[in-house]
Amino acid sequence: MLMTANRALSMLFLGLGLVLSGAWTLADEPSWDLSANIDLTSRLFTEEARWPGQEARDSQFSAAARAELRWRNEDGNQRASIVPLLRFDEADHERSLLDLQEAYWAWETDGFELLIGANTVFWGVTESLHLVDIINQTDAVADIDGEDKLGQPMVNLAVQRDWGLVSFYALPYFRERTFAGDKGRLRTPLPVDTTNPEFESAAGSRHVDFALRYSHYIGNVDIGLSLFRGTGREPRLQPGADGLSLQPYYDQIGQLGLDLQYTGDAWLWKLEAIARQGSASTFAAAVGGFEYTRYQVGESALDIGLLLEYQYDGRDDTEPATIADNDFFLGARLAFNDTQDTAVLAGVGYDVHTGENYINVEADRRLGQNVVLELKARFFGGASATDTTYSIASDDYLQLQLSRYF
Amino acid sequence: MKSQTITYITLVLASVLMLANGAAANTPEAQGFAIAARSDRSDLGFGASKVELQMIMRNAAGQQSTRTLLISTLEKQDESVGDKSLVLFDTPRDIEGTALLSHARIMDPDDQWLYLPALKRVKRISSSNKSGPFVGSEFAFEDFTALELNKFDYRFIGTESCGDLQCDVVERLPRYQNSGYLRQVAWVDQTDFQLRKVEFYDRRGDLLKVLELGDYRQYANGVWRAHRLSMRNVQTNKQTELLYDNYVFDVDLTERDFVKGRLSRLR
Repeated sequence: MLMTANRALSMLFLGLGLVLSGAWTLADEPSWDLSANIDLTSRLFTEEARWPGQEARDSQFSAAARAELRWRNEDGNQRASIVPLLRFDEADHERSLLDLQEAYWAWETDGFELLIGANTVFWGVTESLHLVDIINQTDAVADIDGEDKLGQPMVNLAVQRDWGLVSFYALPYFRERTFAGDKGRLRTPLPVDTTNPEFESAAGSRHVDFALRYSHYIGNVDIGLSLFRGTGREPRLQPGADGLSLQPYYDQIGQLGLDLQYTGDAWLWKLEAIARQGSASTFAAAVGGFEYTRYQVGESALDIGLLLEYQYDGRDDTEPATIADNDFFLGARLAFNDTQDTAVLAGVGYDVHTGENYINVEADRRLGQNVVLELKARFFGGASATDTTYSIASDDYLQLQLSRYF
Repeated sequence: MKSQTITYITLVLASVLMLANGAAANTPEAQGFAIAARSDRSDLGFGASKVELQMIMRNAAGQQSTRTLLISTLEKQDESVGDKSLVLFDTPRDIEGTALLSHARIMDPDDQWLYLPALKRVKRISSSNKSGPFVGSEFAFEDFTALELNKFDYRFIGTESCGDLQCDVVERLPRYQNSGYLRQVAWVDQTDFQLRKVEFYDRRGDLLKVLELGDYRQYANGVWRAHRLSMRNVQTNKQTELLYDNYVFDVDLTERDFVKGRLSRLR
């Protein structure tokens, strides 16, 4: 008993020692890794708030802290991870959040992996829109680009064979989408009340969703096929009982997804397509295009990529609204390939039917070894009162973020 | 009687072949290839390896930045196919967990996938950018990936002393597309057959970079590895030093550790 306790204690100290030294090991002993980052973010809105209740100030500050604790056993066939994310927004409390981005244990043997717990999974290939990606709920208040996600509880069985990877997911708990609060910018004219969502399924957020994905590559073509059955991640927004807010309604959906990429010399051709059985109808949507890269422009280290994608969506008014229904996206990606990893992505989106448009610029650069500075600018235009983006037409903003990594 | 005839024919054939070989070995091209092949093959048969790499980059003003990476390699026995490799970044912390998977090929572009941990996204990337800098260093992608014997044509230039050793000097001409080099000149020592120095000439034929390899150690399986590589760009005066540490060869790595589906499960 004493021996066991001693052993446990020494194991603990060994673990701590590894953590504190930031060690990572090659094999044959359990490995621990701890890292963290803190982000300070300031948003500056260039126009006055349009909707009643919104904070009158044109600036908004938030801070976020994220920790990653990872473990792998002696044999290397078991691993675990805990990644909490804490965010505080001083103006819009709906942006404040505590989320477990990851909290799982996984066991692997002979091409099989079983993972139990919360995790984040990404599916897809395109840049301007992520149609196929459906496992995780979007943390929509983090950024309107839809790339921030909430940790999804799951049981995932992955099977790797020579002919590809098959991954099966059972998703026992549903995460609701985040929406800006009453005081927040970037919201609908009436705020979304997230305290009382409605579900098509009587099981509500406890409905168990299922998903299956196959992915592989053949020569220069990468392919993914996916199937999802369960609670749709996008809610419809319906008038609330009080008449002063909107209420999210989550339908049961079925979705078939395909993602394809052809990788040529300097050309990447990409396609994502879905067919979805939604609330009242079945529709298809697709996004496709190319990314062409000129390497070492003018004999410098700079690479310039040119992106062009077209977005189509066949859904009708009975489905959750989308802005990407008949739109072009034209973008440029600059990679300076310097020691600071300086990169810029700038793009313009344009709705062929309504003329709605947006400009989006993202730039980041490492300062020293552990600090990253990121600048984002988002401008919206061309929306008339009946258009989807009209509600955020006055919410053009510049965002400066400083991140310290540990 | 019959078997004697066969033996006789075999002997004649063998002599003819030896003569042909001998004649071929006298051309600078064949001599160069032989030297490169001997050097390359002295490092083969390791099966799989893992190693930690520290990359120290200095600009002309002496400012320094560091990256640390873990590299796993699965060797292909057949010289007509390339090795598979996996590079996992540890620092700087903001790119921790970023990984690059490469399936090297000889004449065709390599297959490469990049894993971006912030989005958990696996991206197939183009490998035609051979001559671009690898993560901001003075090493180009091709300096890492073009280590396969058959990616070059060779020509023996002469012998020269290199430090305490005597070296064969061999010119290497890239056979693959999109190389940033017109030619390279390599110094291979005559004792352990290891690469000691390489000069890289740009497409105009001007000297661009000089690589020096040192701290060679021989492992139990007989293979040699350099543990210090110093690349200096003579045109910009920037420098990148690679320090390798903790080579492990008896690792249990298989084809399944080098597939794209593996990238999101590395940590």
